Amino acid sequence: MAEIITGLTFYLFAAVTIASAVMVVGSRNAVHSVLFLILAFFTCSALFVLRGAEFVAMILVIVYVGAVAVLFLFVVMMLHVGENRLFQGVKRFGVVGVLVGVAVAVELIIVITTRAFRQDTPAVAANPATADLNVTEALGRILYTDYFLLFQMCGLVLLVAMIGAITLTLRQRDGVKKQSIPQQIERKRDEAIALRKVESGKGIG
Amino acid sequence: MAITLEHYLVVGALLLTIGLFGILLNRRNVIIILMSVELMLLSVNVNLIAFSTELGDLTGQIFALLILTVAAAEAAIGLAILVVFFRNRGNIEIEDINSMKG
Amino acid sequence: MFDFLIEKTIVFLPLIAAIVTGFADKRLGNRNAQLLTSGAMVLAALLSVWLFIQVGLNHKDAYVVPLFTWFASGDFAASWALRIDTLTAVMLVVVTVVSSIVHIYSAGYMAGDKSIPRFQAYLSLFTFAMLMLVTADNLIQLFFGWEGVGLSSYLLIGFWYHKPSANAAAMKAFIVNRVGDFGFALGIFGAFMLTGSVAFSGETGVLEVARHVDADHPLPGIFGMSFNTSITVVTALLFMGAMGKSAQFLLHTWLPDAMEGPTPVSALIHAATMVTAGVFMIARLSPLFELAPLVLDFVTVIGALTAIFAATVGLTQFDIKRVIAYSTCSQLGYMFFAAGVGAYDAAVFHLMTHAFFKALLFLGAGSVIHAMHHEQDMRKMGGIWRKVPVTYAYMWIGSLALAGIGIPFLFGPAGVGFAGFYSKDAILEAAHAAHTLTGNFAFWAGITAAFLTAFYSGRLLFLTFHGETRADKHTFDHAHESPLVMVGPLIILAIGAVVAGGVAYPWFMEGGHHGYGEAGKHAKQAAHEATFWAGSVVKDHDLIDKMHASAAWVKILPLVMAVSGLGLSAIFYLLMPNVPKQIAKTFAPIDTFFRRKWFFDEIYDFLFVRPIQSFGRFLWKVGDGGIIDRFGPNGVANASQLFARFFSSMQTGYIYHYGFVMVAGLVAIITLFLFGSGFAGQLLSGGN
Repeated sequence: MAEIITGLTFYLFAAVTIASAVMVVGSRNAVHSVLFLILAFFTCSALFVLRGAEFVAMILVIVYVGAVAVLFLFVVMMLHVGENRLFQGVKRFGVVGVLVGVAVAVELIIVITTRAFRQDTPAVAANPATADLNVTEALGRILYTDYFLLFQMCGLVLLVAMIGAITLTLRQRDGVKKQSIPQQIERKRDEAIALRKVESGKGIG
Repeated sequence: MAITLEHYLVVGALLLTIGLFGILLNRRNVIIILMSVELMLLSVNVNLIAFSTELGDLTGQIFALLILTVAAAEAAIGLAILVVFFRNRGNIEIEDINSMKG
Repeated sequence: MFDFLIEKTIVFLPLIAAIVTGFADKRLGNRNAQLLTSGAMVLAALLSVWLFIQVGLNHKDAYVVPLFTWFASGDFAASWALRIDTLTAVMLVVVTVVSSIVHIYSAGYMAGDKSIPRFQAYLSLFTFAMLMLVTADNLIQLFFGWEGVGLSSYLLIGFWYHKPSANAAAMKAFIVNRVGDFGFALGIFGAFMLTGSVAFSGETGVLEVARHVDADHPLPGIFGMSFNTSITVVTALLFMGAMGKSAQFLLHTWLPDAMEGPTPVSALIHAATMVTAGVFMIARLSPLFELAPLVLDFVTVIGALTAIFAATVGLTQFDIKRVIAYSTCSQLGYMFFAAGVGAYDAAVFHLMTHAFFKALLFLGAGSVIHAMHHEQDMRKMGGIWRKVPVTYAYMWIGSLALAGIGIPFLFGPAGVGFAGFYSKDAILEAAHAAHTLTGNFAFWAGITAAFLTAFYSGRLLFLTFHGETRADKHTFDHAHESPLVMVGPLIILAIGAVVAGGVAYPWFMEGGHHGYGEAGKHAKQAAHEATFWAGSVVKDHDLIDKMHASAAWVKILPLVMAVSGLGLSAIFYLLMPNVPKQIAKTFAPIDTFFRRKWFFDEIYDFLFVRPIQSFGRFLWKVGDGGIIDRFGPNGVANASQLFARFFSSMQTGYIYHYGFVMVAGLVAIITLFLFGSGFAGQLLSGGN
C-alpha cells in the first residue's frame, strides 16, 4: 500500500516538474516563465523529500526559490521583455531540431534504464549515512570537517559574485545629487565662504 | 510499483534535455537562457541526490549543496550582466545579438 | 688547355668578343665595340688562313681537337670537339674573312645607329655559331651551331626591332627555318639509330661506318624498314634541314624578307655563310648521302628548281637587295644540284667563290643605298656611276663574277675568267657528265638560270648606275662615295672575286697543283688520298673522269648564255628603256606571276599560316581560356569563393545556432559510440 502511494506521489511530482520545465521554455509571458520555474523547484524539492534528502530539499526551497527565482523575477520586471508566440523556437529548427532533442532524451534513457550500473559498490561510500536518522546533523558533521576547504571556497565564490555584481552594475549618473562624506569633511574655509563688500541697496551682483 | 533509481535518473535526463532545448529553441530573450541553465543545474542535483540516497553516501548531498551555491552566484552575475547589457542596448532580443555574423 | 690554341682561338675569340661587347654595351662605347669585335675577327681570319695553309696546302692530316665531354649516357656519347680537315679549313677561311670584312664595313654603314655595340656583338655571336657549325665533330654540335646561326639570324634581321616589318621578317625566317630544323633533328636521331653514333671522326663515327657499308657489309635498318629505306628516310630528313637553312625551293620564303635587316647582315648571313650551311652539311655528310641515290636525285631536282625559280623572280624585283637575295637563292640551287650529282668538291668550290662575289655585291649595294640616302628602290635610282665610281667598279666586278664571265680553253682546259666562271662551269660540266635524267634536267635548268642571272645582273647595274636619273634632285646632288672604312675592305673581296676561282681551281677540282701539260694530267689521275680534299668529302672519280671527257660545247654554252644575257640587258636598259615596260605589259600574267614570287607567300599563308593561326586561336580561347582556365585557376578560385561564401553563411552570429550544432554533433558522436560498439544491441536484446 505504501508503495503504491509512494509511486503515485512520485509520478505526480515528476510529471509536474517536467511539465513546468516545459512551460518555462515555452511560455508566452516571461513572468509566467519565472513562476513556472519556481513551481519546478518546489516539486523537485518534494521529490528529494520522497527520497530522504530533506535537508537539501529545504535548502532548495530557501535558496533557489527564495533568492534566485525572486532575483529572476526582479530582473524580468525591470527589463522590457518582449512577448512572443508559444514554442516559436521549434519552428525555426524544424524536424532536425525535434529529432536531435528526441535523440538526446532517448539515448540518455537507454543508458539509464539498462542494467549497466554496478549497484554493489559499498567501497564507494565514503560517508555512509550514519545511524543518525537525522540527515541534517550528519551533513553538518562532515561539511565543516572533511569538506571544510570546499565550504570556504564556496564562501569565496559568493563573495566574488557579490563584488562582481556590484562592479558590473554600479554607475555614476549625472544629475543625481549624492552625499560624499569625505568631501564634506575636507572642505576648507576659503572654498565655502567668501567675504564681499556690498553696497547697500545693490545686492551681491 | 517500486520507485527505483532509474526513475529519478530519467527525470533528471528529461530535465536536462528540456533545459538544453530551452537554450537553443529560445527566440525571445536572454532571461530564458539563464532560466534554462538553472533547469540543467537542477537536473544535475536530482541525479546527485538520487545516487547519494541510493548508495547511502552523503558526498552526493554535499556536492548538491555546493552546486546550489555556485548556481546562485552564477545567476547573480548573469543577471547583472544582463542588466548592463540591457542598459547599453535598450532591449534583450535574441534576434538582435548577431554581431558575430560572418 | 693550351694545346691546339690556334684552333680554339679561331672558334672562341669571336664568342668572347661577342659576350664582352654585348654585356658591356654602352659602357664600352661605339668605337671600342667596333675595334674589339673587328680586331677579334681579323685575328681569327689570319689564324684561319694559316690553318688552311697547314691543312689544305701542306697536307697535314685531319685531326680532332677535343674540348670536353658533353653527354655520356648509355650508348649515346657526344663530346664537344673540333674536327679540322680540309673542308673545315676552307669554311673557316670563308667565314672568318667575310665576317671580318663585314665587321669593319659595319663601322661605316651603321655609323649613327643607336645600338652599335649590340650590332657588333650579334655579328660576332653569329660568327661564333657558324664556326661551331663548321668545326663540329658530331651531329649534335653541328646542330648547336645550326640553331645558333638561326638565332643570330633572327636577332640580326630584327635588329631594328621598332619596325614591325623587321619583326615579322625575323619571325618568318626563324619559323621557316624551324620547319627544316624539325626534319634535321629527326634525321640526326635516325642517323644515330642507324649507325650507333653521332660523331664524325673515329672508326665508329658516322662517316667511317657509312664508308664501309656495301653489299657485303650491310647495316640493319630501323623501325622494321630495310637499310635502303632507312638511309633514304634519314638523309631525306637531313636534307629537309638543309632546305630550310639554305632557302631552297619550298622553304625559301624567308630569304627575301630577311632583307629587312641591315645590309651588312644580308652580306654576311644571307650570302656567304648561314645559307651555305646546308651545302656544307651535305658535303660533310657526303658518305651518308652517297648511300641514298634517291635522295641525291631529289636534291638535284630541288636545287635545279630553285636555281630557275629564283632567277625568274629576280628578273622582276625592283628592290636592289631583293634582286641580290634571289640571286643568292638561285646560286645556292646550283650548289645543291652539284652535290646532288655527286660533285661535292664543285659545290664547295662554288660556295667559296660565291661568298666572295656575293658579299661584294651586297656590300656594294649597301654602299649605293648609303649614297642614295637609304633609298633601295631601283626605280628611283639611275645615272650615278660618275658619282660613286669605286662602288660602280666593285659592282661590275661582282656582277661579272656572278654571271660567270671567262674564256674557256685559254691557258689550259679550265680557261681564264672571274671566280664564278670556274665554279659555275665545273658545276654545269658535272651535271651534264652525270648522264642521268635528273642531271640533265639540272644542266638545262642551270643553263637557263645562267642566262637569266646574267640578264638581271646587267639589269641591276644599268638601272642603278646608268641612264637619266630618276632620283629626286636633292638625293642625286648629295650622292657621294662611301667612306674608306666601307669601300676599303671590299678590295679584298674584289680581288677574291677576280682571282679566287683561277687560283683555287687546281686544288679544289683536281686535288692539287700538278703542274701543266701532259705530265700534270697523269699525276692528276694517279692522285687519290694525298690530295687537297684528303677524304673530307666524297670524290666521285667516275664523275671526274666523265667531266674531263665532256664535249667542248658543254664548256662554251654557259659563257654564251652569260654574254647574251648581259648583252640583252644592256640593249633593254641602256638603249631602249621603254621595251622592258612594254614586254611586262604584254606578258602581264607571267610578269605578275614572277613578281609575286610565284604566289608562294599567298599559297603558304592560305595553306599553313591561316589554319595554324585559327587553330592557335581556338586552343587559346577555347582550350586554354575555356577549359584549362575555367577548371584550373579560375575554377579553383570560384570554388574557393563558393566554399567561403557557404561557410561564411553558416556563421549566423546567433549563439543558439552554434549551440544547436554543438549538441547535434554531440548526439552524433554518442549515437556512433552506442551503436558502433554493439553496446546498444547488447543493451536492447540482453539485459532487462
